[in-house]
Amino acid sequence: MKITQIQTTVEDHHIAKLAAIAIALHMVEAVIPSPIPGVKPGLANIVTLYVLYEYGFAATAWVSILRVFASSLLLGQFLSPTFALSLSGAVLSLAALWLAQHLPKKWFGPITLSILAAFAHIGGQLLLVRLWLIPHAGVAYLIPVFATAALGFGLMNGIITAKLISNKQKKSV
Amino acid sequence: MRMLNLQRYLKRLQCKRISAYFLPGDVMLLAIGVLGVFYLFQLLWSTEHATKVQIRLADKIYATYSLKLQREVHVPGKLGDTVINIANGKARFAQSPCQGQYCVHQAWLSLAGQAAICLPNQVSLELLGENKPYDSLNY
Repeated sequence: MKITQIQTTVEDHHIAKLAAIAIALHMVEAVIPSPIPGVKPGLANIVTLYVLYEYGFAATAWVSILRVFASSLLLGQFLSPTFALSLSGAVLSLAALWLAQHLPKKWFGPITLSILAAFAHIGGQLLLVRLWLIPHAGVAYLIPVFATAALGFGLMNGIITAKLISNKQKKSV
Repeated sequence: MRMLNLQRYLKRLQCKRISAYFLPGDVMLLAIGVLGVFYLFQLLWSTEHATKVQIRLADKIYATYSLKLQREVHVPGKLGDTVINIANGKARFAQSPCQGQYCVHQAWLSLAGQAAICLPNQVSLELLGENKPYDSLNY
């Protein structure tokens, strides 16, 4: 019997490890009750951002999309509206990161990227809610609440990421 | 041993202030973000009193009434009649055949832009102000 073995690279292992951390954070977040439905800290984005700085954009996209798929399978939400929301948020925030990574590094750090990604994330989700789930102008009423959360949690995640990166740099020096 | 590690860890945490992580662009973006959020609140959470109520059934506008005249509206939804009260510049879901009764629990609404939605019966109401252009409501 022939056993097919998939050849994996060191890069693949890194991506798998980091995606696993992101999934774990996603799971932790799923059991934390939120005062407002839909408002979550998005801790998994810390991993996404960290990967962007350490491994580049392609790895980031992998980690982010793997996280969305694997988490939804684990939570039993695969192909449900929750999954669609998660995916649309992830795709839009990846797009934002793809654009934002070209900003001059001297002026813009992880905090900028984190806030931009958070806004893109919530923007993608609200767009999907408005177009598909609740096609009603009343959705606009919720935008300020979600925008505030995006700013606050984006800032928090950005600071954590900045700290992680600077710790890593200190260790390697 | 454990203690020592913890102490070292705490020391490492203290060695850099949070402000050290902010680059000029970060501060700028944060400022823009704060202003943007304030603007959104101003724009979308108006405190203007509504003058009209628009009732929707499924994907169509069922009726639009002035809030000045007292009225009881029966809207034939998917599950049955939803009763909407209009009085004294306010509107509410008075009765609904749905399970959750979320729409009824929203009680009286009076500000422009406020909305109550009953998904099971596919009935919704939105309050309109003087300034809100009609076109923006259509999707």
